[in-house]
Amino acid sequence: MTEPLLRVRDLKTYFVTERGGGTARAVDGVSFDVYPGETLGIVGESGCGKTVTSLSILRLIPEPPGHILSGSLIEFEGRNLLTLRPPELRAIRGNEVAMIFQEPMTSLNPVFTVGDQIAEAAIVHQRLPRKQARARAIEMLRLVGIPDPEERVDHYPHQLSGGMSQRVMIAMALVCHPKLLIADEPTTALDVTIQAQILELLDRLQAELGMAVLLITHDLGIVAGTSDRVVVMYAGQVVETAATPELFAHPLHPYTEGLMAAVPRIDTRVSQVRGRLHTIPGQVPAASGWPAGCRFHPRCPYAWDRCTAEEPPLLDAGRGEPGSHAVRCWLLTEPRRRTPQA
Amino acid sequence: MTAWLVRRVAAAIAIVWAVVTVTFVLLHLAPGTPFLPAAETPVDPAVLQRLRSQFGLDRPLPEQYARYLREIARGNLGESFALHRPVADALAEALPNTLTLAGAALCIEFVLGLALGVYQAARARRLGDLALGNATLFLYSVPTFWMGLLLLLVFGQWLRWFPVGGVVDVVTHESLPWAGRVADRLWHLALPAGTLGLVGAAGTARFERAAMLEVLGQDYIRTARAKGLPERRVVLGHALRNALLPFVTLFGLAFPFLLTGAVLVETVFAWPGMGRLAAEAIFRRDYPVVTAAAMLAGGMVVLGSLLADLLYAAADPRIRTGDG
Repeated sequence: MTEPLLRVRDLKTYFVTERGGGTARAVDGVSFDVYPGETLGIVGESGCGKTVTSLSILRLIPEPPGHILSGSLIEFEGRNLLTLRPPELRAIRGNEVAMIFQEPMTSLNPVFTVGDQIAEAAIVHQRLPRKQARARAIEMLRLVGIPDPEERVDHYPHQLSGGMSQRVMIAMALVCHPKLLIADEPTTALDVTIQAQILELLDRLQAELGMAVLLITHDLGIVAGTSDRVVVMYAGQVVETAATPELFAHPLHPYTEGLMAAVPRIDTRVSQVRGRLHTIPGQVPAASGWPAGCRFHPRCPYAWDRCTAEEPPLLDAGRGEPGSHAVRCWLLTEPRRRTPQA
Repeated sequence: MTAWLVRRVAAAIAIVWAVVTVTFVLLHLAPGTPFLPAAETPVDPAVLQRLRSQFGLDRPLPEQYARYLREIARGNLGESFALHRPVADALAEALPNTLTLAGAALCIEFVLGLALGVYQAARARRLGDLALGNATLFLYSVPTFWMGLLLLLVFGQWLRWFPVGGVVDVVTHESLPWAGRVADRLWHLALPAGTLGLVGAAGTARFERAAMLEVLGQDYIRTARAKGLPERRVVLGHALRNALLPFVTLFGLAFPFLLTGAVLVETVFAWPGMGRLAAEAIFRRDYPVVTAAAMLAGGMVVLGSLLADLLYAAADPRIRTGDG
């Protein structure tokens, strides 16, 4: 089996909350691997810690108030990113691991031309002369499908639409041909049609450049279309992980089940859903006070006393290769309890 | 752009006219009359009457006002009551001194203020930031003239590093070579410009710290870090460039502050500039000088803010292209 490109083990990123005292355990013991060339999707509701996870990888968490606990491991090609000195870390950021963000419009610096912003990483990492860097920027703009790249290169971000801005962000991220692209909700701020274009573009570029993609999203539909494997996060933890087809065919965690039921399906008759979309009752609890026991139990239709008392570990579902499908749920030990209560 | 400029210039003229009018009215409403400031020595009423009619002060106020505006429009600022010379000459002599002082103070204010503000923002909530924050708060709260007196006492009187007043050394200046004269002027400039500049820099630093902190929290700063840029390039390249935008507006506001500050500082340091000229003219009820000085100051403030707007347009691409 190939070595993973990125290994995240027991990642804990905590925030000291305002007015001292409290600690928000935004990411609380997350582990996963990303293999070369694959797409791993991380799915979850707002507040589940998926964005903090993605920012932690390149250590972009503002410190203070945030900090990554010792004992966490983020290993990229055998190097622990958490112990690297700043210059070594900078040599990886934007060069071997690049990142794009949710809000393309605010993620571009308004006072520099898009060309300058794209060329910058190439100048810093590959020491390209200014002129060559500019040529590279134009080439990147063409690669991400921006019309008239020779002209667009001198435009400022405010002259671009949201979709164009995200294309520019992608061009900027890929200018040094990174091995891993972290895409944090790359299409959330965009119109649906533009969404599809951006996802297609990412797919094409991934195939052309052979990079791995870590895709953070709240949208199961996006995951289904793009990811090879999926990590489902809830309340700062991984609650289920499996290959995409397996997850959609056999969701085992009640939370995953709930998420799937909450997605409208075009092939489901209205009569079957009785005109209403399923919702998971309640909200993600605050990160400063996760529930005791299983963190999902207050919202879980199957919860029994064990769930309130004892926190389940990630259990192997026993499907496919060992460890390929894991679930953080006591139901695995007592499958007969999986009968709808309500 | 041209239409905009025409509108701005028209507004500028209107503002200066308003300043002249208000100054004119206020001066004549204020108690006291020219030629009789202290009234300690009795003056022959006949002499007084002759002077008043000579300068047209015996006419009704609206007539005086109309005549004054007419003369200004012709470029004639009138004759000083007390200095016995044309107002324009007195202003022409004082203006370069004030501009030198204000220019030097502006340089100190912006260079020092920017540097401190950026440093503080980069070290936010750490010891250096806290110490500087308290120091700038103190400097910002101190009255300019008190600051001037303090510097005068310490560096002029006790340490004797700098002269206590004047623009040049009246005894030796003329005999000095060219470079020596420049040095002499700078040496005399140090304390007054330092006073104005330091107080201004304190405010600028506080403003710039806040502006930088806001920018440093923006998404595009995270993007810059994610690109692998060195922190210096993130702060001085990506952040500062954005934090300079509101700062350009501050430039327009700094100008009036410098002019009002100059009145006090020029008085403390016996600096023969506009401020001192105006202050003395006010005490003597020297109407033409006061009105002309107010008009000039108003004009400079208007010009300053116009300049700031032009700079802003040059610095911010969203305004430059006019579609932001």
